[in-house]
Amino acid sequence: MTEHPWVTIVWNDPINLMSYVTYVFMTYFKFDRAKAELLMLDVHEKGRATVSSGTREAMEIDVAAMHSYGLWATLQKDD
Amino acid sequence: MPDAFYRTGSGRTVIRLDDVEKSLLRSLSAQVIEFVAPDDTGDARDPLAIMVGIDDEARTPVDPALARLLPDAYQDDDDAAMDFRRFTERSLRETKTAHARTVAGALERSGEKVTLSDQEQASWLGFLNDGRLAIGTRIGLTDDNHAEIAALPDEDPRAGLLDFYDWLTYLQESLVQLHLDDLS
Repeated sequence: MTEHPWVTIVWNDPINLMSYVTYVFMTYFKFDRAKAELLMLDVHEKGRATVSSGTREAMEIDVAAMHSYGLWATLQKDD
Repeated sequence: MPDAFYRTGSGRTVIRLDDVEKSLLRSLSAQVIEFVAPDDTGDARDPLAIMVGIDDEARTPVDPALARLLPDAYQDDDDAAMDFRRFTERSLRETKTAHARTVAGALERSGEKVTLSDQEQASWLGFLNDGRLAIGTRIGLTDDNHAEIAALPDEDPRAGLLDFYDWLTYLQESLVQLHLDDLS
């Protein structure tokens, strides 16, 4: 059994609108606008943001959801 | 520029589109469907696998635009990425196809004034984003070459595609802002 949770990472891309990324974070993760905008700015300025953590199965669901919205997301072990 | 999408007094979400604009969106919808719809034409397809949504033939797309619409879920683990793709790519393709069909359906039943349900608005947002991802990747858009592509001569197809892309951006931004106001 691993002690490490897994994380979902959203990556920056030149096409997704900042407002749309905020909208996706608020709609799917139910973040408030302030938190959604902070994470969106991390994506935009740092190139990536960790948006969720948990079991591998849960992260695969989150990544699939991000892909359905058109965001570029991956999952990995948090180490 | 005025907002593309707006709310009526009774809270309906509306966009006014002329015939040319509607035909541009219909054509994009058809292209997105052709681009991402699952391919069930092969003889080798297992009907049970199709039914439960598994795609044994799923591969990372070679076309960068398609790869952007159907990205890998793992960066440094090709086996895990391929497994994920086998179990999810089909449903992702179906979602994107459904969005494009929803947009075409709304255009089909409407005149110049297109009124959208909540569900349809979510599909429009997804569709506008998918269209922008496909076109933006095709024309090689980066964070800092928009002006460069815009300055290309008219005969360069990228210039016309960028105009179309910018219009889709304007539509998407307008609809996103309505939703951000709702959520905030």
